[in-house]
Amino acid sequence: MSITTTDKNITTQVASSIEQRLKADATPQRLQALQTLNTLQLPTTKNEEYKHTPLTRLLEKNFTFANEISESTLRAEDLNSLLIDGLEADRIVFVNGKFNESLSSAKSSTSLKIVPLKEAIVSSDLARQHFGAYANFKEDAFTAWNTAEWLDGFFIHVDDNVVIDKPVIFYHINDTQAGEVRSSIRNLIVVGKNSEVTFIEKFDSIGSGNHLSTLVTEGVVHENAGLNYYTIQNDKGNRYQYGLMEFYQKNSSRVNTYTFTLDGKAVRNNLHLKLDGEGIESHMYGLYLLGGDTLADNHTVVDHKKPNSFSNELYKGIMDGNSKGVFNGKIYVRPDAQKTNAFQANRNVLLTDKATVNTKPQLEIWADDVKCSHGCTSGQIDEEAIFYLQARGISKETARAMMLYAFAGEVLDNIKHPALHAYIDKLVSERLHKNF
Amino acid sequence: MSKDNQVLEELTSKEYEHGWTTNIETESAPKGLNEDIIRFISSKKNEPSWLLEWRLNAYRQWTKMKEPRWPNVTYPPINYQDVIYYSAPKQKVTPKGLDDVDPELIKTFEKLGISLTEQKRLTGVAVDAVIDSVSVATTFKETLAELGIIFCSFGEAVQKHPDLIKKYMGSVVPVTDNYFAALNSAVFTDGSFCYIPKGVRCPMELSTYFRINAANTGQFERTLIVADEGSYVSYLEGCTAPMRDENQLHAAVVEIYAMKDAQVKYSTVQNWYPGDKDGKGGIYNFVTKRGLCAGDGSKISWTQVETGSAITWKYPSCILKGDNSVGEFYSVAVTNNHQQADTGTKMIHIGKNTKSRIVSKGISAGYSQNSYRGQVHIMKRAENARNFSQCDSLLMGDKCGAHTFPYIDVENNSARIEHEATTSKIGEDQIFYCLQRGIDEESAVALIVNGYAKEVLNQLPMEFAVEAQKLLALTLEGSVG
Repeated sequence: MSITTTDKNITTQVASSIEQRLKADATPQRLQALQTLNTLQLPTTKNEEYKHTPLTRLLEKNFTFANEISESTLRAEDLNSLLIDGLEADRIVFVNGKFNESLSSAKSSTSLKIVPLKEAIVSSDLARQHFGAYANFKEDAFTAWNTAEWLDGFFIHVDDNVVIDKPVIFYHINDTQAGEVRSSIRNLIVVGKNSEVTFIEKFDSIGSGNHLSTLVTEGVVHENAGLNYYTIQNDKGNRYQYGLMEFYQKNSSRVNTYTFTLDGKAVRNNLHLKLDGEGIESHMYGLYLLGGDTLADNHTVVDHKKPNSFSNELYKGIMDGNSKGVFNGKIYVRPDAQKTNAFQANRNVLLTDKATVNTKPQLEIWADDVKCSHGCTSGQIDEEAIFYLQARGISKETARAMMLYAFAGEVLDNIKHPALHAYIDKLVSERLHKNF
Repeated sequence: MSKDNQVLEELTSKEYEHGWTTNIETESAPKGLNEDIIRFISSKKNEPSWLLEWRLNAYRQWTKMKEPRWPNVTYPPINYQDVIYYSAPKQKVTPKGLDDVDPELIKTFEKLGISLTEQKRLTGVAVDAVIDSVSVATTFKETLAELGIIFCSFGEAVQKHPDLIKKYMGSVVPVTDNYFAALNSAVFTDGSFCYIPKGVRCPMELSTYFRINAANTGQFERTLIVADEGSYVSYLEGCTAPMRDENQLHAAVVEIYAMKDAQVKYSTVQNWYPGDKDGKGGIYNFVTKRGLCAGDGSKISWTQVETGSAITWKYPSCILKGDNSVGEFYSVAVTNNHQQADTGTKMIHIGKNTKSRIVSKGISAGYSQNSYRGQVHIMKRAENARNFSQCDSLLMGDKCGAHTFPYIDVENNSARIEHEATTSKIGEDQIFYCLQRGIDEESAVALIVNGYAKEVLNQLPMEFAVEAQKLLALTLEGSVG
C-alpha cells in the first residue's frame, strides 16, 4: 500500500507557484519576501485584519495557481468600451499583469518620468532609494506575495515645481478567455516638491474566468506637493483582488484618494497614509455600491507622526443582494503629533436582509492636544422621505434611487476632476436606477 | 506649567486610601493549581458531587485553552501555579447571624464604609460581604426572604437552592467562554446569589462588597442573578484591596438571567489597588460579566465606574434574545500612572425590536493606556434593532494613550446603528471661562470632568454616585494637560 500525501496548504501552493515563475528573476529581496509569505501564511479569518474577509478561502476554492501566464490577444478595439469618455489622459495598459505598449499612450517627458520598474531599480538611484521603503511586506502575507512575484509596473517620478495637467491612467485588464489569470503589479511613485499630479486606476476584465490581481503602489509625496489618486473598481467579471496603496507624506503635502468599488467578486483595498510632517492635509473618500455576492473590504490607516496636520476620511456604502461590506479605519496619533485634527466617518445602507456590513473604526491616540472623532452608522432609507417624494408624484423606485443617489452624492461631490466626475457620477446614477 | 506639575505630583504621590490590611487568621490552600486543589476547595465548601464534576470539567477545558493576547494591555506572564486559590478568614463556627461574625471582620468593612450592622437601615442597602475567598456576612436576609427574594452567598445557595444553581449557573457564561471564565469556573470560591421571584420589585439595593486581604491569593468569585418574570432589582458591587508589591489576580464571573419583562440594573464601582506610581503591584482585574435578556421585554443595564486595578480587562455584555428587550452600558473608566484598561461592552441583538445604548467615557492621565473595545452585533432575525453608541476619551498629559476599537456587525437591513467617538483634552478656553468667573483651575477641572462623566454618574444609585464622584475628583485632581 502506498501512502500519498497531498499538500493542500494554499500558501505552499502559492509559494511554489511563485518560485517557478521567478526562476532567473529571483532577487534576494524577492526570495526574502517569499520566505516571509511562507512564515506568515495567507491570512485566515482568525487574523484580526481579515476577520470578516475570507479572501484566502475564496482563493483556495476558486484558483488552481497554475503557472503559465495566460496570453492575451487583446486589440485596441476590445479596449474601447472600457475607456473613460472625454478624459484626456496618459494611458498605461496592463493586460494580465504585463505592460502592453501598443495599447498604451503614456510617454516620459522631462518633468514626468515613466520608466518600467524593473529597469528603474537597476538604472536609477532614486528608484532604488524609495523602492520597498514604504510598503512593508513583513506584516501582510499578500504584500509579501506581491513583493515576491510582481511581474511589471512603473516607476513614476514627477519633477520638482511642475503641475502635470493630464492625469496618468492605469488600465488593469485581465483577459480570462484562455483560462485563469493571476497578475501582480507593482508601482512606485515619487512626487517632487511643489508639484501636483493625478493618477487613476481602473480595473476591468474580459471573459468569464476567475482572475486575481495583487497590486502594490507605494510612494512619497514631497514638501508642498499634491497627489490625487482615483481607484475605479467596476469589474463585472470574477475579480479577486488585493491592493495596497501606501504614501509617505512630507511637510505641507496634500493627498486626496478616491476609492470607488462598484463590482467584483472579492476586493480588498488597503490604504495607508503616513503623515510624517507638519501642515499636511489628507482626504480619503470611498464609495462602495455592492450587489450580488460581492465582498468589498476597505482597510485604511492614517498615521499622524508630526504636529499640526489634518486628515479627513469619508467612506459610504450601499449593500444590496448578498453583498458584504467591510470597513476598518485606523487613526493613529503619535505622541509628538500635537494639534492634530483627524476625522472619520463611515455610513452604510443595507438594502436587503441578506446584505451585511462589518465596520470597525479605530482611534489610537497618544497625544493630548488633539481633536479626533469618528462616527459610523448603518441603516436604511428613511421611509418618511420616500413617502414625501411619493406624495409629490414620484414613483417609489425613483424616490428610492433619488435618496440613494443623494446618499452617494456626498462622496461624489468631492471629485475635483470634471471629466472623471461626470464619468463616475454617470456610473453611479445608472447603477442606482437600474439595480436598486 | 509649574503649577500643573506641582498638582500632578501631589496627585501621583497620593496614597491609595484602602491600602491597609486586616490582621486576621486565615486558612489557605497551598499555592498552585491542580485537580487536588479543586477537590480541596470543593470539599471545604462541602459541595455536592455534580458541582465538583462541573469544576473538574472546567479545569480540564482550561488546561487546553490559551490566555488571550488580543487585549491592548501588556503584563509579564502570570504563573498560575504561584497563586493561592483558596483563602478564608478562620472562623470557629459558621456564623448564624452577625453576632457570630468575627468583630475584626465587621471592623474591616466598617473601615471601608460598609455597615454590616443592620442598625444603619438608613442606607437601605443589603450587603453580601466577601473577603478573600468567602462570604462573611449577608445583611437583611430575613426582610428580603419575606418577599421571597433569595439573597445569600454562593456557597449557601449551593446548599440550599441547588436546583436554581444547577439550572442557571453557566447558562449565560458557559464554562469554556474564555480563558479566565474557565479558570473561574474551576476554582471559584464564593460570591453572591440572588433570585427575585415573579412580579417582585426588590425594595432595597442589593450589594456585594469584595475585599482581597490575604497576600498571594487570587480572588475568584461568581455572582449569579436570576430575575423572574416582571421583577426588578438594582445590584451594586464594590471592591478594594490592600497595597502590595506583587500583582494579584482577580478573575470573577457575573451572570444575569432576566426573564420576561424583568429588569436588572447592575452597578459597579471598581477601586481595586491600582499599583503605586511606578506601576508596581496592583490587581489584575480579568472579569467576565454578561447578562442574558432571555424573556421578551426584559432589560439589563450595566453601569460601571472603573478607577482601580493595574490592568482591567472586562466587557459587561448583554445578549438581547427576547423580543423588545433592552441593553444598556454606561461606563466611566479612569486610568492614571501606569494603569491599563481595556474595557467596553458587547451588545448582541437576536430578538426583534431590541434596543441598546452604550455610553462610554474614558479618562487617561499619567502614563496610562485606556482602551474602549466594544461590539454591536445585529443578527439576521433582529428586525428593527436600534443601537446608539457614544465613546468619548479625555486625555490629560502627553504620555498617556486613548484607544477605541468598536466593532459594528450588521446582518439585518432594518437595523439602525449609530456610533460616534471623540477624543480631546480639556480645552484651555473652558478653563479660561471658569477662571474668569473666579473658579480656580483645580475646581474648574473637577467641574469639567464631572460634567463630562455626568451622563454615566447619573445612572448610578444615589449612595454610589456620591462615592463615585469623590473617587473621580480624587483620581484626577488638578491634572490639567
